[in-house]
Amino acid sequence: MRYLPLTDADRRTMLDAIGASSVDDLFRDVPVAARRDAPVDLPHHASEMEVERRLTALAQKNLSAGCAPFFIGAGAYRHHVPAAVDALIQRGEFLTSYTPYQAEVSQGTLQYLFEFQTQVALITGMDVANASMYDAATATAEAASMACRVTKRKKIILSGDLHPHYRSVTASTLQFTDLEVEALDPDPIGIEDMLGRIDSQTACVVVQNPSFFGRVNDLRALAAACHDEGALLVVVVAEPVSLGLVTSPGEMGADIVVAEGQSIGNGLNFGGPGLGLFSTKDKYVRQMPGRLIGQTVDSEGRRGWVLTLSTREQHIRREKATSNICTNSGLCALAFTIHLSLLGEEGLRKLARINHANAVILAEKLASVKGVKLLSQTFFNEFAVQLPKPAAEVVEALAAKRILGGVPVSRFYPNYPELADVLLLTATETNSEGDIDALVAALKEVL
Amino acid sequence: MTETFSGSRGLIIEEGLIFEQDTLGQSGVDLAEPAPVVDRLGGLERKGRIGLPGLSEPTVVRHYTRLSQKNFGIDSVFYPLGSCTMKHNPRLNEKLARLPGLSDIHPFQPQSTVQGALELIDMTAHWLKTLTGMPAIAMSPAAGAHGEFCGLMAIRAAFNDRGEKRTRVLVPESAHGTNPASAAACGFTVDTIPATARGRVDLAALKAKLGPDVAAIMVTNPNTCGLFEDEILEIAEAIHGVGGYFYCDGANYNAIVGRVRVADLGVDVMHINLHKTFSTPHGGGGPGAGPTVLSAALAPYAPLPAVVHDDKGFRLIEHAAESGAKPVGRIKGYHGQFGVFVRALAYMMSMGADGLRQASTDAVLNANYLLAQLGDDLSASFDGPCMHEALFDDRFLKDSGVTTLDFAKALIDEGYHPMTMYFPLVVHGALLMEPTETESKDTLDQFIASVRGLAKRAKAGEADGFKAAPVHTPRRRLDETLAARSPVLRWTPPAVAKAAE
Repeated sequence: MRYLPLTDADRRTMLDAIGASSVDDLFRDVPVAARRDAPVDLPHHASEMEVERRLTALAQKNLSAGCAPFFIGAGAYRHHVPAAVDALIQRGEFLTSYTPYQAEVSQGTLQYLFEFQTQVALITGMDVANASMYDAATATAEAASMACRVTKRKKIILSGDLHPHYRSVTASTLQFTDLEVEALDPDPIGIEDMLGRIDSQTACVVVQNPSFFGRVNDLRALAAACHDEGALLVVVVAEPVSLGLVTSPGEMGADIVVAEGQSIGNGLNFGGPGLGLFSTKDKYVRQMPGRLIGQTVDSEGRRGWVLTLSTREQHIRREKATSNICTNSGLCALAFTIHLSLLGEEGLRKLARINHANAVILAEKLASVKGVKLLSQTFFNEFAVQLPKPAAEVVEALAAKRILGGVPVSRFYPNYPELADVLLLTATETNSEGDIDALVAALKEVL
Repeated sequence: MTETFSGSRGLIIEEGLIFEQDTLGQSGVDLAEPAPVVDRLGGLERKGRIGLPGLSEPTVVRHYTRLSQKNFGIDSVFYPLGSCTMKHNPRLNEKLARLPGLSDIHPFQPQSTVQGALELIDMTAHWLKTLTGMPAIAMSPAAGAHGEFCGLMAIRAAFNDRGEKRTRVLVPESAHGTNPASAAACGFTVDTIPATARGRVDLAALKAKLGPDVAAIMVTNPNTCGLFEDEILEIAEAIHGVGGYFYCDGANYNAIVGRVRVADLGVDVMHINLHKTFSTPHGGGGPGAGPTVLSAALAPYAPLPAVVHDDKGFRLIEHAAESGAKPVGRIKGYHGQFGVFVRALAYMMSMGADGLRQASTDAVLNANYLLAQLGDDLSASFDGPCMHEALFDDRFLKDSGVTTLDFAKALIDEGYHPMTMYFPLVVHGALLMEPTETESKDTLDQFIASVRGLAKRAKAGEADGFKAAPVHTPRRRLDETLAARSPVLRWTPPAVAKAAE
């Protein structure tokens, strides 16, 4: 077995050194009733070639995004990831290391995470960011709970423009705490009255920008209303490429920003792993969840980095910690930071403009199709349209023509009949003009 | 030898931050000009510089390559970090996770276009259920702590469903910090159970703490002292006797895969760390995955989504109404850590039922070999046999002036990643070594020789050398107190940083 270096001769020598007669002897503390005497009923070991053959067969049963005109977003975005990103994250010193507990032999990880924290703070327009969470959905729940610690209040309001998974994860995650979560109805056209709901009991308001339905919102009035009542504004960004073109949450008054980092540096991977970005203001840093990297000096006075402020964390504070998180998304954070380093200021801004331009072109072409109505008056690279028939049927009909034409909102909200005809579509730099024309032509046929 | 002009020392190269290598207007990505359109941003275009540096591709590649060279990883060194199962990460896993049919698929594609992905999740679930003997599994938890949370949520929901109000969770003092933190996140209070002189849960103390308000006990087995809880059946019986559930922390599952049927230990729920036991990379801190196996009693409360199979193929259950059960809701976006599942399944298929059993056996053999060979030089905390890790404490350093920390730092100079230090908390100055099954006898023998040499040196009164360690690293010991006292958590441009002083 190729991953096991011990030989039978080694095993015998080692058992002798231990003074055990057999390996079974080493398992003598296991109750007899729970011991297995023979291998489990599963296939036996297999060669590389054999495993590759089996998993390739599974892969071939999927229609991959690169093999079809592709317009799906809804929180997971398909962008071109430069070849250097994947080559670098596969360096064994990154891939096969763990949490940088021993700083002297982890300066590589610590430095890139310090750079990552800086990049996340810059793009979100905040003071400080942590070294990553699992994904935006879980990070949203963490942000809401942090806002309650900061304000010492218990009422959380989730906007109807929040991604339905972020919304349900937040509600589920906090259901057994003493915090109250009020989730507003889905709001595709932006009519909810959030300002009227904020009062002196409100810990935080959680909104998404651009919204789940694509809208780009000016959040300044909302931020002011929150701050007037002593509440925090939590802003969630599902598509961080938008931050190259859209005013940042920090500039609009956000107190905590959560984002899904997948779309920079990371592939789709059927939705996991994701990368939770989390940033806030300096004054709230001690209430933050997750790991933080800080700058310091070594015994010779040279600059270096360490894990810091860990008295917030579970390994020190146990049940009093700000979160139970331990393992995070380090490698995804590395991919994110390398991709963003390659893009740089100019690259991110240009990439964002290309995404927006492609989405505008897609929206205009779709709006010219009879029966299709554009619902999002403003948007970045994703928008909602109203179709003359159920969107789920349309998407299946498009898939039959090998076109992955967006996500029916009914997949998330099956109990809202008024949303049955609403379709979410995304365009990124990966969409060619030919893709867009193919979608428009196919849509005309299936409507 | 005098200092170098560059500050670099041969292979150890000084490398500044990306922000200090900024060339205005530079980029490492070539992008076409965007098509001219009238924007739809509603007047919210971002103005002003974001502050990201501009770097060419060669600069970026060299930067991250140099950073990588400042890290220890399993690929380069023996990494016996106890409790973390730092085993070899096969590259086949990485190759297969990058097949376009598995990596370039979207979580919200029509399900008819991702039948292979759903089958892969189902197959991974089947392997894990079969190995543990447990009837159900929740695949969505993102990591071990998230799996603990998932399991405790199911327990809480089960009691709520029966109209029972139970508030207390029992946690042994040797537990990982995530256990009490996860219990608190589910709204439980935590009651600590002491350990016996044999390093196991104190059954009498446990029984004394039981009552009708106890929801569960969380027991890591094998425990964090590296020992199998030999009274596990009695523990299970005791908690079940008061109507509570047995949460098993599966962090140390690597010791018993294929050799112990978890279901027969009386376990109601257990998370499995795919990034430990099933060889997916730790990636400098993550991502992991923490699928959680459940008993039939807790299965109805497992979070969404679930993959089911019928005559029409594989299907995702994404809403409570279609589940026919009482799920606690959704605890993670999308459908779980799919990319991690691919790697874990590739590993399980490679090892097979026979190989997985051999792996646990070798992991336990390697740890017992360390315990036997080092027992006379260090101070073993408990009698063997141990399971997959060997625990020592700092009695052997008594009066030497050398601490566990110093000893660990000296091991770095020897070319080893240190063991876990100061955990578990039940012994003084803990040194917890987990060699895993993917280390050869030669590697262990070399490590043993280094540890013995260091122990001899410590006992000979050479504390100064330990205090100075590590010497052969890109940085010497770092000032953690300074970092926490005046936190610098991001780079700021020199002018801004100066103004802030």
